[in-house]
This record gives sequence, structure tokens and C-alpha cells, in this order.
Amino acid sequence: MKNIAGREIPQELLDQGWKPHLGKDSYRDIEFRKTGPKVKIVNRGTESKLLNSLEEAFRACGMRDGMTLSFHHHFRDGDYVMEQVMREVARLGFQDIKLACTSIGSSAQVVADYIEQGIVTGLTTSGIRDRIGEAVSHGKLKEVAVLRSHGGRIRAIEEGSIRIDIAFIGASSCDEYGNASGKGGKSNCGSLSYAEADAMHADRVVVVTDTLAPYPNKPSHIDGVYVDYVVRVDEIGDPKKIASAAARITTNPRDLKISEDCVNVMRALPYFKDGFSFQTGVGGPSIATTIFLREHLKELGIKMGWIVGGISTPMVDLMKEGLVGAIADVQDFDLGAVESLGEDPRHFDISVSEYANPFNKGAFINKLDFVILSALEVDVDFNVNVLTGSDGVLRGAPGGHPDTAACAKCCIIVTPLVRGRIPTVCDRVVTVTTAGDSVDVLVTDHGIAVNPARQDLIAHLDAAGIHHVDIAALRDMAYAIVGQPDDIRFEERVVAVVEARDGTVMDVVRQAKPFDINE
Amino acid sequence: MNIAERKNRLRRTMMFLSAQRPNLIKDPYLFAPDSLIFDLEDAVAENQKDAARFSLYHAIKNLDYHGIERLVRINALDTPHWAEDVRVSVASGIDGIRIAKCETAQDVRVIEQAVISAEQEFSREPGSVLLMAALESPLAVLNAYEISKASPRMFGIALSGGDFRRCLRTTGAGGGVDMFTARGLMVLSARAAGIQCFDTVYTKLDDLEGFEKETRLIKDMGFDGKSIVNARQIKIVHDIFAPSKAEIAEAERVVMAIRENAEKGIGIFQLDGKMLDIAFMEGAERTIALAKASGLYKGGL
Repeated sequence: MKNIAGREIPQELLDQGWKPHLGKDSYRDIEFRKTGPKVKIVNRGTESKLLNSLEEAFRACGMRDGMTLSFHHHFRDGDYVMEQVMREVARLGFQDIKLACTSIGSSAQVVADYIEQGIVTGLTTSGIRDRIGEAVSHGKLKEVAVLRSHGGRIRAIEEGSIRIDIAFIGASSCDEYGNASGKGGKSNCGSLSYAEADAMHADRVVVVTDTLAPYPNKPSHIDGVYVDYVVRVDEIGDPKKIASAAARITTNPRDLKISEDCVNVMRALPYFKDGFSFQTGVGGPSIATTIFLREHLKELGIKMGWIVGGISTPMVDLMKEGLVGAIADVQDFDLGAVESLGEDPRHFDISVSEYANPFNKGAFINKLDFVILSALEVDVDFNVNVLTGSDGVLRGAPGGHPDTAACAKCCIIVTPLVRGRIPTVCDRVVTVTTAGDSVDVLVTDHGIAVNPARQDLIAHLDAAGIHHVDIAALRDMAYAIVGQPDDIRFEERVVAVVEARDGTVMDVVRQAKPFDINE
Repeated sequence: MNIAERKNRLRRTMMFLSAQRPNLIKDPYLFAPDSLIFDLEDAVAENQKDAARFSLYHAIKNLDYHGIERLVRINALDTPHWAEDVRVSVASGIDGIRIAKCETAQDVRVIEQAVISAEQEFSREPGSVLLMAALESPLAVLNAYEISKASPRMFGIALSGGDFRRCLRTTGAGGGVDMFTARGLMVLSARAAGIQCFDTVYTKLDDLEGFEKETRLIKDMGFDGKSIVNARQIKIVHDIFAPSKAEIAEAERVVMAIRENAEKGIGIFQLDGKMLDIAFMEGAERTIALAKASGLYKGGL
């Protein structure tokens, strides 16, 4: 059976109850009862939740084989917490552990070894890279991994598809009663929104910090009422990799060209009016787009209503200049954003459910006007891949991409037409992470294409004199420069399911096949 | 374009690209400079000259540069590389060669001979590969006129500021006063020889203000364009070289008036109180050509 992106869903998955994805609007008017965590009460007389070691915390939580542990990615590539916890898990001989990560960066790659050794047997995450991605793609994980968007993950938790036994939450500072913050420590990450969801839904919650703050550590991003234990370690991470110096505008002329064209597209659309809302990431073109917006806002005498999502310094600067009314923050990418969060009442954090959950009473992104996103690949049906590389191996992160693309009134993908020898615009993406029904405009260094489903946008761009071409013409240009790559060969076995935000199957990732020059 | 038209084509911006870097040479037409200069010289490490020639050859053979002029900066005559640079460049189908560290008219003639041989060897139209010379020393600048006249293939001379300043023992701190004589001599020499003249690169990439100032200066001195090391500089040059609306309108009226009067057999006449004759035609036509290149002229000329 094929889904809306034209992907064949394997019978074995259908037999297990998975359903094919039928489009961004295929679910409506759903009612369901949320599942809740088990709560072990803290007795009167217990005045500290502080334990001496992770091992003590494991014992106190009743850790055993087969449990599901969760970790968050707010410390990005600088995270030491997941690695410290998992080394203890391995040292103490636990087996058959499942991981439920909000995302995995380049840290904690020792987990790849534990996957090979059968210590880790299950995984759900929003991002996966490096050796862990290779281990899963090469079939080392016993179970099928599930890749979810940020909105899809919190939906799965609240529905009960993800059950977390113990959440290990790294925090920049925490008091002995579990009031945890992404600020006030040696390694500050700002918002803890992704971790907060785990704190509220895991049966046991352990905060891991390197900075014990006096009680009460308020304002806290995670309240002590959700926390069972606190463990102090020497270091929770590498501050330089947790929050970089303030993002600056790129000097890459290619990225600058893409950004200028992106802003010109935005400006030509009716959504670009006083009070509009905006989201983007931290790639070169995204930062440049944010910075270029300033002049256009000033020229037209308008301001943005709000920005949502992952936050960087250029966004904070726009707010300080009075060009943005509010910033709803789920993650802080650099020190400027970390410092601003909570200091200025217009810059506040929101929960991940409030950000992007498709199954709640209305997330922020339901009201989003523009989202500017990147892509590893885009195909002629506007399907996007942000997960698998040109070798078919897992090395990316859907993150909020499928959520915001589906919800925003205008989703613009910005990407160079080719990267190295790899065409970005192609006949068929390796893996669909965001279906073409959610993608409206593609801006590349070689030209702009609009999804033919959006004739309204086409009319506005034509009226503004903005040149655009059929996406097939961009694919042809890409192939003319670097050639058309052969299809990637896979083994039959499915190693990962790419779950759409509503819990259906967007695509599957099959086991990577070792390259054989004679085939 | 015939060879004479190719020699006189618009060259406001000539962008250097290391021939060693595929990411740069695969699609520089996106940034729409007037000319591309694939560099085999200083941007390529000594032990990578072969690899760079290989990339250059295949890029020129296989990629569509959308009508933008493609030149190659070859290694200087005192290196073991220049002869093979010429062969590869001509074989690939390049439009012209920039002679690095050209000191004398004889240097031009040596390269010209190598180009003639290569044109025969690779069956290219005789005379189709153009030449320009980079003047990088005081001696070269003093020989500018002789160099400009050294070959019918010569379409321009360019100042190369880095080496020139090293010879002069200046740093450029004086805002360009050190280059003033050289720039003036070069424009005079190029004009006397009937070819084009190009200014040196501006290497402080983040100082766009300083770049703009220097570009205005060399435009006012009479240069045809500037060497470019980063695509961000292109729009600035093109904007500065773009004629104003008033200039375009006047040029259009001048061209039409001279044509009309010529048909009536009138050689000299008045337009808006200004004496005009055929001598004004060339300047007015150049303004229209610049306006067209800048996307500012949609009229019938």
C-alpha cells in the first residue's frame, strides 16, 4: 500500500498496525484521553532528592533490563550527560535498554557500541548522526528505530506510544529539590522545553547537573514537583559546543543570494504584513534571511508579530529593535539567545506541545505564517529529505521540519542546488521526511520553484515580477552539473520507520547495503 | 560575437576563481560577473598545478557558462608551468589568457607563439584566443604602451596591486596615492593602444565601503573595470558603472540626433545648446551598452 508521498509501506508494518500517511489534513476532530506517568510520592520529611552517583539513582529508580530511558538534546553536540549515563548502564551490566531521545547530535557516540553489543536494543529519536546513525542503518539495532518530528514525539508520549521509564535530564543548574534550569550554571543552554515534556511524562525523573543552586532555583524551566532525584556530576557538557558565540551573517555569496531571493519571495506574498509570524533555523541562509528581513520591515514600516522555535541572536536583535513583538522559544542556539531568554518578558519559553503537537488544543505553529527550512534533498514532487545522506545512511534530523512545514501558511525551502557532487533537487528523494503537500516554495542559488498546488502563491510572485521555474527545470540543471546519481541499493530489512506527525508512516529506511563496485 | 566584438566586450568585473576548487568553478555564472578568470597561478599550490589544469579542462569542456567570458590566468614565464597551462587552456576552448607578471612586449610575443601553436594543435580558429597582460612591477608599468601594442590579440592590461606594492615598498595605507602614477600611466597606455584597462583586486573582503570608494576612483580615472575576488563585490561595481537615468536619456538623444543629422548630410549641429559631432557617438553608444548590461535600458537602440 502506498502513502501520499508515493512510498510503499511494507506489509510487515501494516500487519503490526502501522497506517500509511494520507496527508497533512487527514486527521480531524480526534478526541482521545492522554496517558499519564506513574508518580512515586516524596514523603514528608524528605528534604533533599540529592544522590551521590548515577549508580545510586539507577538503584533508587529501580532500573532493570528492558527499560526505556530518555535524554534531551538541549546541550547539542556539547552534551556529556547521555554518554555518562550510558557508560554507567553498560558498566553495571544492564541489557536490552530502549532509548527515547528528543534528538541525538554528534555526542554520546559510544551508544553505537552499545547497540552492537545488544545493550541498547530500541531507539526512538528525532535526529540521529555519525556512528549511531551508521549502526542503525547497518542493521545493528535489534528493533526497528522510529524517527519522529518534535511535534510527533510529544503526541506519541501523550497518546502512550512512547512510555518513558526513567528520564535523565541534564540541567545547567538545579537545587536539591529538583527545580532545574537551563541557565545559572557553568554550561548554559537556555530553554529546556524538550526536556520538560519528559519530566512531565516519565515514571521516574533524574536531573543531572554540575551546578547545585540554593533552594529554590526559581524561575525554573523544570519544576521540582516532577523530579524524583538529583545527581551532581563534574561536567554536564562542553559549554563551547552547547551554545556557540552569537551567530553572524554568512559571507558565503551563494548563501547570501539564496537569502535575498527568499526574502523577496516572502515580501511578494500577502502574509508579509504587519504582525506576521516567522520561524527559521540556524543554517547560513536562515541567519542571513533573518538579518535581511530587518531592512524590509523598516522600509515598509511594519513589524513581525512573533517568532517561534529555535532562537538565535539575530532574532533577539530584531526584538530589541522593536521589529518583533514576541519570541516563543523552544531551543537556544547561541549565547545571545540564552542570555535573552527570560530576561526580557517578550522572550519566553514554551513547551514542546505548545510549540508543535498536532494532537493538542492548538499549537503555536497552527498560527504560523512563514517557515524557512533547509533540506538535504527535494524531489520534483516537493517531497523533502532531511534524514538520510546520499549513501542512504541515517545522518539528519526531522526535528520540527515536518511539523512547521505542514502548519505554516507558506513553507519555503532554502538550499543550494548541488552540494559537492550531490544534486539537491532530484527525481526522487531517498527518504521522505516532509511530504510535498507541506512544501510551498523552493529557493535555490540557481532559481526558484513553486509547488503547482499553490497557484495563489504563483499569482503573487508573477505580479511581483519574481522569476520562477518548474521544479523539473531545477532538477535538470542539477543533473547537468553533477550528473544523475544511480539509485542507492538497500537490503530488504527495514531498520527505521519515519513516522509522520500524526503517527502514520511517512517512509521507511532500509538497511544500508555495502557498496560493491561490480554490481 | 566576432573577434573584434569579443575584444571590446564589456568587462566591468573580472572574477578570479581557483581552478583547483570545484565548488567555485562549477557555477560562478550565478553571480553574473562580466568575465571569469580561472586561476592556475597563485591560488593553486605548487604541487597541485596538474590537478588544477585537469579540473579546468573538464569544467570548460563540460559546463555551460551562459555566455560569460572565460579567461585563464597562467603561471609566469619564469616558472616551468606556463607552456602546459597555455596548451590546456587553448585545448579546453577558453576565450582568452591573462599573462601573469608580464614585464615586456617580448613576454607577450612568447605567449602569443605558444597560443598559435596550441591553436593549430587543437584545431581552434586562428586568432580566436585573446590575450591580456597583468602588470605587476614598476618596469611592467613603464612598458605598458609597448605591452599593449605587442599583439593584435591583446584586449587589455590589468594592474596587479599586491606585487606592485611590494616592489614600491608601500602598504596601501595612503588610500591609493602610491598607485596613482601607475594607474594613470596604464589608462593612458591602454587608450593610446586602443585596448581596455582594468584595476587590481581589493582583498579586504569585509570592507565593502573601502571597495566602493576605490571602485568610484578607478571609474573616474577611466578604467573599464576591476578584478574581483569575491562575488559580493560584483553588484557594487556594476552599480557604480551603471549610467544614471539622465545619462542614458542624453546618450539616447545624442545617438539618434547624430544618426538623423548624418542622414541629412549634417556633420556638426547643436543639441540643447551643446555642439555635437560624430566624436560624441562612441561615448554615447558605450553608455547605452552599459545601460543595457545593467538592465536599465529597454529602448530601441
